[in-house]
Amino acid sequence: MAKEIYSTYPMVKYLRREALPTALCPGCGGGTVLNAFANAVDGLKLDPKDLVVVSGIGCSAWIASPYFLADTLHTTHGRAIAFATGVKVGLPDKKVVVISGDGDLASIGGNHLIHAARRNIDVTVILVNNFIYGMTGGQVAPTTPFGAKTTTSPYRNIEHPLQISETVAAAGASYVARWTTAHVYQLIESIKTALQVKGFSLVEVISQCPVQYGRRNRMKEPAEMLRWFLRNSVPVSKARKMRPEELEGKFVVGEIVRRERPEFTEELNKLVDEVQEHFGLKGE
Amino acid sequence: MIIRGDEPEQLELLRKLYKPGNYFLQGNEALSYGALFAGCRFYAGYPITPSSEIAETMARELPKLGGYYLQMEDEIGSIAAMVGASWTGFKVMTATSGPGFSLMQENLGYAVMTETPLVLVDVQRSGPSTGQATKGAQGDFFQARWGTHGDHPMVAVSPISGQDAFWEVIRAFNIAERLRTPVVFLFDGVLAHTREQVRIPDVSEVEITYRKLPANEEEAKLPFGDPHGDGVPPMPLFGHGYFTHVTGSTHKENGLRDVYTPEVHDKLVRRIHRKIEKNRDVYESYEERFTDDAEILVVSWGVTARPALGAVIRAREEGIKAGLFVPKTVHPFPGERMRQLGKRVRAVLVPEMNLGQMILEVERHVNDDVLLRGINRIGGVPLTVEEILREIRGVA
Ligand SMILES: Cc1ncc(C[n+]2csc(CCOP(=O)(O)OP(=O)(O)O)c2C)c(N)n1
Ligand code: SF4
Repeated sequence: MAKEIYSTYPMVKYLRREALPTALCPGCGGGTVLNAFANAVDGLKLDPKDLVVVSGIGCSAWIASPYFLADTLHTTHGRAIAFATGVKVGLPDKKVVVISGDGDLASIGGNHLIHAARRNIDVTVILVNNFIYGMTGGQVAPTTPFGAKTTTSPYRNIEHPLQISETVAAAGASYVARWTTAHVYQLIESIKTALQVKGFSLVEVISQCPVQYGRRNRMKEPAEMLRWFLRNSVPVSKARKMRPEELEGKFVVGEIVRRERPEFTEELNKLVDEVQEHFGLKGE
Repeated sequence: MIIRGDEPEQLELLRKLYKPGNYFLQGNEALSYGALFAGCRFYAGYPITPSSEIAETMARELPKLGGYYLQMEDEIGSIAAMVGASWTGFKVMTATSGPGFSLMQENLGYAVMTETPLVLVDVQRSGPSTGQATKGAQGDFFQARWGTHGDHPMVAVSPISGQDAFWEVIRAFNIAERLRTPVVFLFDGVLAHTREQVRIPDVSEVEITYRKLPANEEEAKLPFGDPHGDGVPPMPLFGHGYFTHVTGSTHKENGLRDVYTPEVHDKLVRRIHRKIEKNRDVYESYEERFTDDAEILVVSWGVTARPALGAVIRAREEGIKAGLFVPKTVHPFPGERMRQLGKRVRAVLVPEMNLGQMILEVERHVNDDVLLRGINRIGGVPLTVEEILREIRGVA
């Protein structure tokens, strides 16, 4: 029976069937992110042959690699964006996408994240923020809410979470948006936009990890976590009029930034052209 | 599929830009020109003394050849970007020094496991830690071999002059491409900053090899298979519609992860070792002087091999039967030749700018009855001919 349901899922054409079923826990938000990404690719009618997907290490890193049927580069923990930078310079006409977790991209990989945004290289990053280190067993992350419990903050988290989207927007990205896994349609639209924007784009997805985060914070059912997201989501436009105290513990969703800035690989190729021209080295 | 830099017009470009002849070049510059002749068209790095002139030369020259220089945010990002670029068909290089080499180790292991060709230049400087940042040393002999975790093979090449660096870096690229593996290039701060005469050849004198690409759809589906029995899988490049999956985790021949089956790990890691062991002819290289009738053998590498040669020549003038053995590929060590030479001599001296590293490889290959002695100097000043000669006289 179950087989029939899977075989009628139209997005399965984008998946590496021999790698299925996924290793994600039941109820994990990762499935929603994979679905949203596949829908965005489908909506834009992108040929997966024109995609290279790069990811780091963690549950969220598995979302597209190995499951998405494209060229996929599964790298070391935290370094996905730096690997993707090399890929993009080599294949400037392809869409290069990074899908990975908040620990991976914003903690160990934080430096690469802000510098890729500064460079404004045309890479799309889908950052899955589940507030926790899921794969290693639920340790505190730089995104864990103040006061939350994790295996390494068993009494309560005394650190303040990093506002990833705002940081990346400040660093110079062309496009930054944030949604939760309870905003599936908006998420798909944002991923579509991010894939089309020329320059660095980040879509932060607040996602549920019922197993490592919810269980320790009174939300062991995935639905409870989704309700938490919905209850606390505030659209960007409304958030602009709110005081910082009012925004404490809220999820600001929507487009954080959208602007045009010179893109890195284009500038790099322009530079190469200019230099070759200058030295009279241009081929016919 | 194309390897960037392989286009026929590249040869004309090289000829036009770098006229054959003798130049007065720093070691770092000579090495950089060698890399350009070898077809390197992508460089990602982070500046560090004494390697920075390599970055500077590449930043200046690469765009002329249609290549790319990227200054990354750190060394970890640099080697990561290189791996990404290599999978799109670039010949890639980075250059660093002590602390930067340490930072690159994790992704060097990734390159071994994913069989990604790249050349990593380590301009050795005095350590540990920031040590004497501007001074040369030969202290990374074992970091090159054992720096990253797990069971991994490693090829490391070390030249003895600026001229040698030009040719040896080309050889390093050829090894990396032939064996689909990272190659470490152990240079040092002394040679890197020494200016001497370097002959730039005509491109026709340079032999260049490229990685094996899949011959058909079938081969492309097995990016980690061994269809030719030489342990070296053809490399399907990204962007050609093969849907290649690359991971540093233990994987099957089709690239898909399997970290639970002991046999899969065993088979993969042993093949990666085998492709290095079985292809010694691709990389083994050493030089010998006066070894035919030598009674005292000096074994040296890199920068120290030059005063060592001077000392051996002077010893010969004094009637001492001294000889010199210089491994040019230091890993895997040319153990077989070392064993043969070790059988014929009475004493073996190993001068190095460290407290005794390569001597341990030598020791593994000589018998107990041979007198084995290190000549070691740290502090950033190279050993002299006189100092090595004194030790030769001492055992004569
Ligand atoms: C250098 C290094 N340090 C630590 C680890 C262990 N590690 C694996 S995944 C992970 C955290 C992943 O967290 P996140 O990116 O948030 O992904 P999630 O599993 O929550 O989706 C860590 C610390 C590693 N693989 N490599
Ligand atoms: S541990 Fe959490 S993030 Fe990882 S698969 Fe399970 S639910 Fe998802």
